[in-house]
Amino acid sequence: MSVVVYIETSEGKIKKSSREAISYGAALNSGEVVAVCTGEATDEELQSAGLNGAARVMATNEPLATAEAAASALAQVVSSSGADMVVMAKSSGSGVIAGRLAIKMDAGTVPNVVALPDTANGFRVRRSIFTGNAFAVVEVKKDKKVLIINKNTVDIKQDGGQAAVERFSPELSEVDNKVKVTGVDQATGKVLLPEADIVVSGGRGLKGPENWGMIEELAEVLGAATGCSKPVSDMGWRPHSEHVGQTGIKVSPTLYIAIGISGAIQHLAGVNSSKYIVVINKDEEAPFFKAADYGIVGDAFEIVPKLTEAIKAVK
Amino acid sequence: MKILVCITHVPDTTSKISFTDNDTKFDKTGVQFIIGPYDDYALARAMEIKEASGATVTVLNVGTAETEPTIRKALAIGADDAIRVNAEPVDALFVANQIAAIAKENNYDMILMGRESIDFNGGQVHAMVGEMLNIPSISPVMQLDIEGTTAKMTKEIEGGKEYLEVDMPFVAGCQEPIAEWRIPNMRGIMTARSKPLNVVEPVSDESGTAVVKFELPPPKGAVKLVDTVEELVDLLKNEAKVI
Ligand SMILES: Cc1cc2nc3c(=O)[nH]c(=O)nc-3n(C[C@H](O)[C@H](O)[C@H](O)COP(=O)(O)OP(=O)(O)OC[C@H]3O[C@@H](n4cnc5c(N)ncnc54)[C@H](O)[C@@H]3O)c2cc1C
Ligand SMILES: Nc1ncnc2c1ncn2[C@@H]1O[C@H](COP(=O)(O)O)[C@@H](O)[C@H]1O
Repeated sequence: MSVVVYIETSEGKIKKSSREAISYGAALNSGEVVAVCTGEATDEELQSAGLNGAARVMATNEPLATAEAAASALAQVVSSSGADMVVMAKSSGSGVIAGRLAIKMDAGTVPNVVALPDTANGFRVRRSIFTGNAFAVVEVKKDKKVLIINKNTVDIKQDGGQAAVERFSPELSEVDNKVKVTGVDQATGKVLLPEADIVVSGGRGLKGPENWGMIEELAEVLGAATGCSKPVSDMGWRPHSEHVGQTGIKVSPTLYIAIGISGAIQHLAGVNSSKYIVVINKDEEAPFFKAADYGIVGDAFEIVPKLTEAIKAVK
Repeated sequence: MKILVCITHVPDTTSKISFTDNDTKFDKTGVQFIIGPYDDYALARAMEIKEASGATVTVLNVGTAETEPTIRKALAIGADDAIRVNAEPVDALFVANQIAAIAKENNYDMILMGRESIDFNGGQVHAMVGEMLNIPSISPVMQLDIEGTTAKMTKEIEGGKEYLEVDMPFVAGCQEPIAEWRIPNMRGIMTARSKPLNVVEPVSDESGTAVVKFELPPPKGAVKLVDTVEELVDLLKNEAKVI
């Protein structure tokens, strides 16, 4: 049966996490993968979803502004394509769409999926729980399923062809247009934190917002996103969208560099699925070292600029 | 104005997570339970709205009798009354069915929840309830102001914020900095004892998923400490191969 994959775009480009979701849909080997896009993208960009395994892309004529409308558009494609499975990447907006869609489709949802399903005995899939501190194997009891996948769950497939792009205007109901978006404030040209392969994060050890220049320079040479600890965003040194941890953004980069962050359990909860963790802290007893792969004990103000230079030298 | 705040009863954020019964049950031994941190933000914002405009605030939890101390804490913080749906919260669909049934009977002007629970981290219940009631659901909300019958909100999006307006009723999943967490005071704790806590039975036993077993991640190896940035760059480049 066909698989519907919801894809998101950022500045007109298909997000990497969405390419991973398409690859996941293709790896299910269940049938045609139909990607659905309700964001802003050209036909040419959408065709490239084929590389990752999509046969077709159904894109709305106009970008849809609300989660309600996106869920309605998805439900229509699910029903016209006869799909019994929807896959989407975890993002700040996808959870709400998945929850609404699950009710429309009468599906079971599994968020935070970290592996492909095991279909030997019913439909079982592994997901993370307790903010990355544990996993659960979950059985979906409904015929239809909505899976929200975490980053780095499958390798991104790159060897497909071009997808056929079809535009449509979904039928929307009153509730789909009740939320009026009155403005957007979004940084452009920056690596998005949840998408980033490398994250450079700073904590209270950096003493003040004026010292973030060296964090940004290090991030720049690495092509990384910047993050921070909760007190740093609480004090307004950095925006809330950079706050990493249990009550902030959960990241799973291949490399997380923590500078002047003590490593409180609530911060670690947001970074524990990183592949490699580097800690720079002047206190050798800082708990973060226990969660790290590599570390330097010392003063960040001395080490970080040197590290930036050393990386430049090998790049 | 009538506000419903849905709260979870979850292990304290510093709890050690472990499992019993052949990895099929969460081990509660020695674990402190708290109101979910995001739910606590929702409750704190509800209290501010109540203080500014005289709303009534009802808290709701789907859980067994052991969640009552957590519900009493929400009453001590200032909620007017509470409802407990007497059932193990099996999954998001199960919980959403119970909340939607109660909301249909009571016509709340807004339903505030956390952006996600910290045990199952699904971020699903608010969206499901919104769909079941055919009203908008917005999450994660970092600012919420009421003007007449309209709410003005700031929602977090990746790398920034979206500003929006929506008429009541709606469901919102809250996160910081929507309000400051509140701590109950002595008077609150005293009065909480006599506030109504109504226990109702679940309306449906439908759920979408079931946990087969729990697993813990493999233990982390020891950190490699180095003295110079050159050694670090060498490890990142040649051992981890991440730069
Ligand atoms: C319910 C709850 C939820 C929470 N959620 C989160 C969350 O999501 N994310 C989060 O981050 N926190 C969260 N917290 C807060 C958390 O408990 C810690 O207080 C917080 O993470 C500490 O931030 P920090 O490491 O930046 O600051 P600190 O703990 O003050 O640590 C600063 C570190 O910098 C080091 N340092 C100082 N100077 C230098 C220097 N010159 N060079 C190098 N190192 C230096 C120090 O040795 C120290 O280790 C939460 C707390 C609660 C109760
Ligand atoms: N058992 C429950 N009882 C009451 N509210 C709940 C329950 N489970 C989840 N919620 C609410 O739904 C929000 C999102 O939960 P979740 O979908 O599990 O991430 C939580 O922050 C709570 O506000």
